[in-house]
Amino acid sequence: MARYGIVVDVSRCIDCYACFIVCKDEHCGNDFSPIALSQPDKGHFWMKVIENERGEYPKVKANYIAVPCQQCENAPCVYYSENNAVYRRDDGIVIIDPVRAKGQKDIVKSCPYGLIYWNEAENIPQKCTFCAHLLDQGWKQPRCVETCPDGALTFGDLDDPNSEVSKLLASGKAESLHPEYGLNEKVKYIGLPKKFIAGTVVFGDNDECGEGVAVTLVGNGEKRTLKSDNFGDFEFDALSEAKEYTVNVEHPGYKTKKFDVRTDNDVYLGEIILKPAKSR
Amino acid sequence: MSEKICGQNNNGGLTTVHVKDGKIIRVRPRQIDPDDFKPWKITARNGMTFSPPKRLTTDTYGLTEKQRVYSDDRILYPLKRVDFDPKGDRHPETRGKSKYVRISWDEALDIVGSEIKRMWDSYGREAVCSIRGEHCNWGNVNYRLSAFQRFINMIGTTHVVENPDSWEGWHWGATHTYGFYWRLGTIEFYDMLEESLKYTDMVVYWSSDPDAVLGCYSGQESAMWRRWLKEAGVKQVVIDPYYNFTCAHVADKWIAPRPGTDAAMILGMMYVWIKEDTYDKDYIAKRTIGFEEFKKYVVGESDGVPKTPEWAAEKCGVPARTIKAFAREWAAKKVQFWGSGFGGACRTAYGHEYARLAVLLQAMQGLGKPGVSMNGLAGSAPYNYDVIVPGYADPDGMIWLSRAARKQIFPTADQFIYRLKFAEAILNPPIDWRGEGYCTRSLDQQFVNFVYPAPGKSEVHMIYMYGSSFMSTFCNGNEWIKAFQHPKIESVVCQEVFWTNNTRFADVILPACTNFERNDISGFANAGGYVAHGDLPNNYRVACIQQKCIEPLGESKPDYEILALVSERLGLREEFTEGKSIEDWMKGIFDASDLPKYISWEEFNKKSHYVINVPDDYKPKPAMRWFYEGRPCDTPDPANPKKGTDKAHELGTYSGKIEFVSQSLLKHYPDDEERPPIPHYIPSWEGPESELAKKYPLQLITPHPRYSFHTNYDSHSPWLNEIPGHRITKDGYSYLPVSIHPSDALPRGIDNGDIVKVHNDRGGVLCVAKVTQRMRPGTVRTWSSVGRYDPIEPGKPGSIDRGGCMNILTDNRLQSKNASGFAPNSCLVEIRKWEV
Repeated sequence: MARYGIVVDVSRCIDCYACFIVCKDEHCGNDFSPIALSQPDKGHFWMKVIENERGEYPKVKANYIAVPCQQCENAPCVYYSENNAVYRRDDGIVIIDPVRAKGQKDIVKSCPYGLIYWNEAENIPQKCTFCAHLLDQGWKQPRCVETCPDGALTFGDLDDPNSEVSKLLASGKAESLHPEYGLNEKVKYIGLPKKFIAGTVVFGDNDECGEGVAVTLVGNGEKRTLKSDNFGDFEFDALSEAKEYTVNVEHPGYKTKKFDVRTDNDVYLGEIILKPAKSR
Repeated sequence: MSEKICGQNNNGGLTTVHVKDGKIIRVRPRQIDPDDFKPWKITARNGMTFSPPKRLTTDTYGLTEKQRVYSDDRILYPLKRVDFDPKGDRHPETRGKSKYVRISWDEALDIVGSEIKRMWDSYGREAVCSIRGEHCNWGNVNYRLSAFQRFINMIGTTHVVENPDSWEGWHWGATHTYGFYWRLGTIEFYDMLEESLKYTDMVVYWSSDPDAVLGCYSGQESAMWRRWLKEAGVKQVVIDPYYNFTCAHVADKWIAPRPGTDAAMILGMMYVWIKEDTYDKDYIAKRTIGFEEFKKYVVGESDGVPKTPEWAAEKCGVPARTIKAFAREWAAKKVQFWGSGFGGACRTAYGHEYARLAVLLQAMQGLGKPGVSMNGLAGSAPYNYDVIVPGYADPDGMIWLSRAARKQIFPTADQFIYRLKFAEAILNPPIDWRGEGYCTRSLDQQFVNFVYPAPGKSEVHMIYMYGSSFMSTFCNGNEWIKAFQHPKIESVVCQEVFWTNNTRFADVILPACTNFERNDISGFANAGGYVAHGDLPNNYRVACIQQKCIEPLGESKPDYEILALVSERLGLREEFTEGKSIEDWMKGIFDASDLPKYISWEEFNKKSHYVINVPDDYKPKPAMRWFYEGRPCDTPDPANPKKGTDKAHELGTYSGKIEFVSQSLLKHYPDDEERPPIPHYIPSWEGPESELAKKYPLQLITPHPRYSFHTNYDSHSPWLNEIPGHRITKDGYSYLPVSIHPSDALPRGIDNGDIVKVHNDRGGVLCVAKVTQRMRPGTVRTWSSVGRYDPIEPGKPGSIDRGGCMNILTDNRLQSKNASGFAPNSCLVEIRKWEV
């Protein structure tokens, strides 16, 4: 018996929204009882894509995070449903029974990820099913995974160490989107955006880009050094949120600049204009 | 309970369609047996090898076909406008406002047939005007360039000729620098993927967003190529006022010049190279002409204005030090310039100057040297050029010209209306313009003067529209309304699948069905003669049968059949059809291709696709390498007229070389200050240096939509409205998002998610504000060419639109007085919060 999971590689997502559209194509107008009734045309995001924009002009980054039902092992929706309306299959997929769940609006609120939607016409809560109805017919993967143009979504058997999804998990780079919820999700993420500290160094005496300037970052138990590029740009990425760091910018012949920052948000220090050191 | 699986194709790519009990239940990217694929392999500079997976991709909107086919926007029955009586009062003034009544096909065809004949008798053949839009509903037989062209060639009409809208500056400008007029000014771009992986240090996407535009029809094939470049260690830089999709995906650096000032930035970079002596003098001496005179302009000897980085910075808003650093990096590295064709910078005031300078920029570094190249569309994979399969614009792919026809029917029209000047042609004739639109036969074709009405010819009094949605795609949309409502237009017929922006101006509507409701033959992204080898941005070439999935909805009919019925009313059925069905024509096109050598007609119909793999002994022929090396052209560029002659080592310019001083412009327009023989930076008539900027300080750019194919899916596929990058729903209505920087939003009291009015003296459009750091301050951005024109006051020119027709705000002024391109990205606006 397979146990299904998905690994999402955020760096490969190009924001095409094809995963979202084919989920609608599969479910809108199609009744796949007892797995799922038809999805309404509007208002449901069984595959949700969240844009994560960070930084400030002109130092900006954007990532897109695909969020299907996380098929949690400790699923709150299972717990909060009545009448066994929501259950977990042996393959790990969590199903909202379209008959038994009728009228149970509270199930919508039970999901801390906000991935359960209310179908007004059918009077039922609904969510992503990993296209269980297709898998049960022998399909190899859900519609979203089949369609993704560059492999941002990998689906497979978590119990098979040779499956692509298992190999990605074994890399140690995958993490939960919200580990603090403690839900033991079957969807994990590689490349989730963290925080960056960046800046652009300028030589104040000749107004040229400050290339090759040594920039050191210290904080949160780590120290990193790099050199600014030909545009004077530097960037420390994958930093933790809400931590304090010190950034040191120094170059022979110029006065050193020091910044104390806190990564509540991504930090762009802007143009860092180095003034020449006073000659003796 | 019957189930079947069909193969189809459209401008989003190939699909597999599941049909149950006569209804489409799901649409997937085309499913092909992995054994059919023989993926090519490219070894990159760092030793990594890259190969595409054994599958196809389809564009996102191409996966909404189930919704599009059954859309509420479908026209199911022939309709007549209630105020229109062909035997009595026609009431042109209520076009756009009147209601419609259902009529029978017989009645509809009677009206259309008798109106056409009445035009011939009263005014002459040219009184019938043909217009077409419609990139979509693919199929070589039924397509707008095929069945409709055969029909209008047969009856002779005044045709509304298209401008090369996606290529403007390259067509009207770059051609006079490097030739390639047969490619509408896009450079040949053969084997550019391998070039970028093997030899290139840095790829610069200048006013280019391949992740969004996707090679036009090539699904999402090339998205992985940009990831490969990253993995191969190639630096990627994006130049765009907006932090675009490609930027978010792979860019190592984002530079944001003000719209319309790219030419200035290029000149600033050239100045650095000249002063620091970091350009390829040997190439300039051997492969170009006119550099010494051009240099005088750059360094300020000819006009007293040195085009220093500081000068450029003041124009384009990019700091001088950044321009210098970028120029130095460019000179030290081997760079591939992406953006030949497409992009907003070529569709601005004097956009031809930008395109010319872009070519000269790369020329100064030795264009054609390994690693120094220019790329177009979404680039190019290894390709099998030996298997000829006609695309939708190849001679054999169009039933008026194809060898599938017993008798070809050539165009006989000798009166044209230039699409950009359509409204003016109706409202205030005469008009004149230079160049008949797509000037692919010669450079000089651009200089030919046209007038409408042509001498001795009648004005138009009847319009036959084949699709088209110009209210939302062409500048100054309000003027089109007035044109359609003019009394000299006695009747308007629209053959169309959906209610679009133009449909409501028709007197009689003939309902066509989508490609899913008929058979046809085509290929994945195979636009053939429209863009030679337009399927180069695919990972694979695939020829296909488009299999009819369901019966036509309502009383709609395939386009070919409608035209046959209209022909019948004119006594011309046999001439139009040659007694052939759609399937007969499909077989004829198949027989005219190389496909019969590889697959039988029966097998092809059964399987519905044939993958044309790249041969094992494939040898890349990188674009422009032959020119750099001074030998005859060896790329497969089919329409290059010098290939195979003793001038085969030359480019398509007068001199055969890259021209810093354009010889064609020098000969024909030596005193044209707007498109001079030496390319200049010329401030836009509607840009940051204009007087108008005091009243309307924000520059509006409107690139090609990412989540729709122009008007073809937006509005017909409401699922797309749920994609926040496409539309944002507020108070139950789905508006276009307009990206605006916080420094522009805050002083205007605009918050993220507010409904705002984007406006200028030409009109106003309601959008929802997306306050973002991805926007250059002083510039705002939203999509062009939406599918829904939704005026608050229907039929009234000047009404505020909610649908998102931003072109209402753009001037239809041509790029310059002799260059008949449009300039929608030179548009100044203001934005205010909209109080309901």
